[in-house]
Order: sequence, then C-alpha cells, then structure tokens
Amino acid sequence: MEKEAGPEAAGVRLDDPWDDVPVPDGCGRDGTAAPVGDLDAPAVAGPGPEPSAADIYLEVHRSAAFREVRRRYRRFVAPAALAFLLWYLAYVVAATTAPELMARPVAGAVNVAMVAGLGQFLTTFLLTWAYARHARLRRDRAALDLRWDTQEMTRGLGPETTRGPGR
Amino acid sequence: MRGDHQTLALLLFSAFIAVTLFITTRVGRGRKGSAEEFYAGGRLFSPMENGFALAGDYMSAASFLGISGLIALFGYDGMLYSVGFLVAWLVVLLFVAELVRNCGRFTLADVVAARMAERPVRTAVGISSVTVSVLYLVAQMVGAGSLVALLLGGTSDAARSWTVVGVGALMVVYVSFGGMRATTWIQIVKAVLLMAGAVALTVLVLVHFHGNINTLLGTAAERSGHGEDFLAPGLRYGGDLTSRLDFISLGVALVLGTAGLPHILSRFYTVPTARAARRSVVWSIGLIGGFYLMTIVLGFGAAALVGSAEVRASNAAGNTAVPLLALRLGGGEGSTGGTILFALVAAIAFATILAVVAGITLASSASVAHDLYATLRRPGRRKRGEVAVARIAAAGTGAVAIGLGLLAQDLNVAFLVGLAFAVAASANLPALLYSLFWRGFTTRGAVWAVYGGLLPAVVLVLLSPVVSGSPTSLFPGVDFQVFPLENPGLVSIPLGFLAGWLGTVTSPEPPDEAKHAEAEVRALTGAGAA
Repeated sequence: MEKEAGPEAAGVRLDDPWDDVPVPDGCGRDGTAAPVGDLDAPAVAGPGPEPSAADIYLEVHRSAAFREVRRRYRRFVAPAALAFLLWYLAYVVAATTAPELMARPVAGAVNVAMVAGLGQFLTTFLLTWAYARHARLRRDRAALDLRWDTQEMTRGLGPETTRGPGR
Repeated sequence: MRGDHQTLALLLFSAFIAVTLFITTRVGRGRKGSAEEFYAGGRLFSPMENGFALAGDYMSAASFLGISGLIALFGYDGMLYSVGFLVAWLVVLLFVAELVRNCGRFTLADVVAARMAERPVRTAVGISSVTVSVLYLVAQMVGAGSLVALLLGGTSDAARSWTVVGVGALMVVYVSFGGMRATTWIQIVKAVLLMAGAVALTVLVLVHFHGNINTLLGTAAERSGHGEDFLAPGLRYGGDLTSRLDFISLGVALVLGTAGLPHILSRFYTVPTARAARRSVVWSIGLIGGFYLMTIVLGFGAAALVGSAEVRASNAAGNTAVPLLALRLGGGEGSTGGTILFALVAAIAFATILAVVAGITLASSASVAHDLYATLRRPGRRKRGEVAVARIAAAGTGAVAIGLGLLAQDLNVAFLVGLAFAVAASANLPALLYSLFWRGFTTRGAVWAVYGGLLPAVVLVLLSPVVSGSPTSLFPGVDFQVFPLENPGLVSIPLGFLAGWLGTVTSPEPPDEAKHAEAEVRALTGAGAA
C-alpha cells in the first residue's frame, strides 16, 4: 500500500487537501459504484483502463495499513466506551436506588455520593486525555499517510475530473 | 427586581447586543456568500476557537441558572445533571467528532445519507434534525421570556412577550446576515463571558468560606432545611419506582443525546481537519467540565449563603439562585457591589440565551435548506441558491419559534429540553452510529431507525404525565395519560436502535460493499474530506 500510485499521479503536484475543491457530499457519495450516473462519465472518458474510485477504496480498505489504523481505533474506543458507559450507568442507578450507600460519610461533610460524582468528572477528564494522546501518537501519522496515498490514487477520477486540465 | 439593577442590567444587555451586531456586520464583510461560508464559516477556525464555540453552544442558561438552582433546592440530585451533561461529551469525542468531520460537509444527513439512497434518508434525518432544533429552541425562547422578566422584575405579560419577540428577531439577524462565522464568534464571546462570570462567583464563594469545602457543604446542608440528606441523592428523585426510572431515563437520554444534537454536530465542520475537530472537543470538555464543577460550588453556595427557602420563595424552579447569590456576595441588597454583580449575572444569562438560540437556528436552517429543500423541491421549479434558501429558512425558523414561544409562555415547558435530547438520542444517534460502524446497514434501516426513534419519543411524551393527567401537566384539565415516565428515552432509544436493525435485516437490497469500504476509509483517514 506504499506509494504505488498510478502512472498519471507522477506529474501531479500535491494539492492542499482543504482548498476549495468541490467535494462530494459525504463518505461513499463519489464512489462510482452506481452503474449509471453522470459521476461515471469522466472516469470512463479517462485514458486507458484505470481502476475506478470504488476499486481504489476497496483496495485501500483491504490493505494492511488501513486495517492497522482501524484496529488501533477500535481497540481503544470499544473497551473505553464500554467502561465509561457502565461506570456512568452504575452511578445513576446507585444514586437513584441506593441512597443509603451513597449517603455514607467519607470525610467531614463529604460522602460517597460526592466522591462518586467528582470521580465521574475525573474519569471523564482522564479518558479525554488518554484518547487524545492515543490518537495523536498511534493513529494520526498512519491515517494521514493513507489519506495522501488514497487521494493521490483517486486523483483524476470521480467528480474532480470535471474541473478539467485547464485548472 | 429593583430599579438600580434594572438600569445597569439593561445597559449591559444593550452593550452585548451592540457588540454582537457589530460582529455580525463585520465578519461577513467581503466574504463570498458560498454554502461553505454560510454553514461552516469557511472551515478555518482553530481548535481552541471551536472548543470555546462548542462550549458556548452547549452551556445554555438552563445549565447556568437551572442546574445551580436545582442544587440550591435539592442538593445532590441537582448535581446528577452536571455529571450527565459532561459525560455525554465522551460519546461525542470517541465516536462522533472525527468521523463526522471526515464524512460530511454541513449536516448530519450528509453523513448518514452517504452510503444510502439519498432522498428518503436525507428527508428522514432532516425531519428529525429540525424537530430536535425546534423543541430545543422553543424551550430556550420561553425560558428567555420568563428569565428576563424575572431578572428585570417586569413580570407583566407584555414584557415577557416582547422579550420572546426581541430574542427571536435578534437570532434571525445574527444567522441570516452573519451565517456560521458570526454565530461562532458570538458563541466564543458568550463562552468567555460565561466562564469569567462563573469563575468570579466561584472564587467569591470559596473566599467567603476561606477555601474550606467542608464548611461550605456543612453550611449548605444546615441552611437547606434537610440536614445531611441534602448532600446525598434522593430529595428529588428518591420517591417511588416511577420517579427513579424517570431519572435513569433522563440520564441515559442526556448522555446519548448530545452526540445527536444538530447544532453540536455542525460545529465540527468549522475546523479544517478531523484532528482539529478532536482537539476542539478536548477544549470543550475542559471548559464544560470546569463550568459544571463551578455550578456545583455555586449551587451549594446559594444554599449556604442565601438559603433554600429564600431561593424557592423567589422562584419555585430555583432559577434565581445564582442572581440572588451574586447579590449576597456583592454585599447584599442596596449595596453597590451587589447591584453590579446582580446586573452582571443577568447580562451573562441574557448573552447565553441569545448565543444558544442563534446556534440552534443556524443548525435548523441548514437542515431545512441543505436536506429538506434540496430533496423535497419539486423538480420543475427553478432552483434557488442554497444559501438564499438557508437565510429564508432561518427567518422561518425564527418566526415559528417566536410563535410557539408566545403560545407556550404560560405552559410548563421544562420537559422540552429533555424531549429534544431524547429525540436526538433515539432518532439521530442510531442512524449515525449504524452508518458509521455497521457494514450491513441499508437505506431501509436508516429510514426506520430515524422514524422508529422519533415517533415513539414524541408519542410517548404526548401520552405521559407531562401533557395530561397531573396537576403540573401541560393540560391539567384532561387525562389521556398512559405512559408513566416523563422522559421517554429509556423506551424510545432502544426502539430506535431496534427499528434500525429490523429495517436492515428485512431489507431486500443487499448492503453496498464498495460504498461501505469507501465510507470507512474516508471516515478513518480523512481521504477526500471537505
């Protein structure tokens, strides 16, 4: 999945990805999977038998690099989400069904309920920090590389081509 | 309440309105009127700016005055809201912010409709987004009317009606003329004011108790009239099984609904990348968490310094707890310090309302123009510019909100915010999460998920005690109450997810493998993002 961009990518400069290229409305929208439709026309008109945008996305989707990014994301998010949702649910259920337990004093006027409530704040801050750190160190670089590669491969396909070479 | 406060508060209100109108005319100048500009403010806000704007969009007057008031009246049970409102942001951070930024252009429907047959899905998501926005908006408008009347003492009906009309007109001006760029700056100004006000009051409370939290809590418990019970859950939601279930239902809707609020989701498009969207959520979690921690101090502070009985005597819902606390901290009735602090709090509350309604109006106009108008427009008709439609939609939303706000101003509409969160969690969230994470999700599944969450949520509320059959109902005279809970979330959220699953497995069309691959690649890498 490394830099095996098509022949036509060679001479193309690296665009800033967020200049105002007219972009399709969302994920999947510019795929050429639809058998008919005006989106297909430019790609078909291109020189030689090139892969369609849909093929490229399928290829990227199957690649080891993408699967690694997805695995890292899911490995972090799934257990973290399960943990904080259960912890919050336990807190709310305990607050509504076990007030005696929650009213137990811990230190001075501070009781179990107060500690649990502030604990929710603390765990929220900690998880936010951990997620941001994990994403920054373990995911951002790989995802950005994939983004450039994918965009380079799909360059000249799909609706972007309608802007023509005169750009 | 009394003359001096009124004059000063009105001066501060006017100053805020002047500043925001200046922002509106200023930032729009020399910008082309593209959809990119109107809905997304040019997509070049920094994470910090967007983080403040997110916090500004989220922290309504209901949280500033309402939650502190609930704590002042019911002690610990008010704190449960603070926790729910904050924890909700973890759902936004982990599942929604980055992926939505990568996948959509302007609205929630962009993300959900991407893999599906566009027309039915866009229509469904558009309808539920507008529903959420209007419910939320009406609650804010009615709140604005009674709040301003309460703070300024003019409890006459005319004053309240004119406040509703004035707030509605201002929000239409902000949105129609300033678009997302002006709305974002107004949110930032408001968030800074709100945080500054909350920090100042919190510091004053803590200084008053010499930094001793123990004394603060002890005094609050003592003066609340409930003793130690004040610091433990149960005063408000500790009744029978129904009221306990009701609170669990509300808590679940708060946590899951935030990630489906259209005016929060559309904020992620104002930053250039998914990474920036993530960093703006980190900023907003810091701000919102800090803010809710301060509302806890303010609520217990009001109970300790003003006393629960006096707060309740001033306003049964506790909305005046923080203004009364400010008055007391400044030196009490008639003192200069008290007058200034009271007027400041009133002005901040007003700024908060104006900013929040502007944000919701913008999201609603985006849903109408970008989702509903684009798909429901009769094919033969001439196509208007999308931004022009959005501006008109903002005016229309404003008119509807003013009308409903005036109609509802004598009704008990406190349930509307909860209902807005419940609809967002039951209709928007299932469609969004399934489309982001479920390979087999289909068009029918998406449509069913939206309607299968939206309809139960609304119908259950209509059949609940908030509408009929209880002395505090919307229509206390009649009784067609069937469903015992005031918050439908506990039932309607699972129904939304169930309907989405059912629609998908019974769907005749197979899921589109290629589009799913493309959606997932783009969501996680940002390839081809707007």
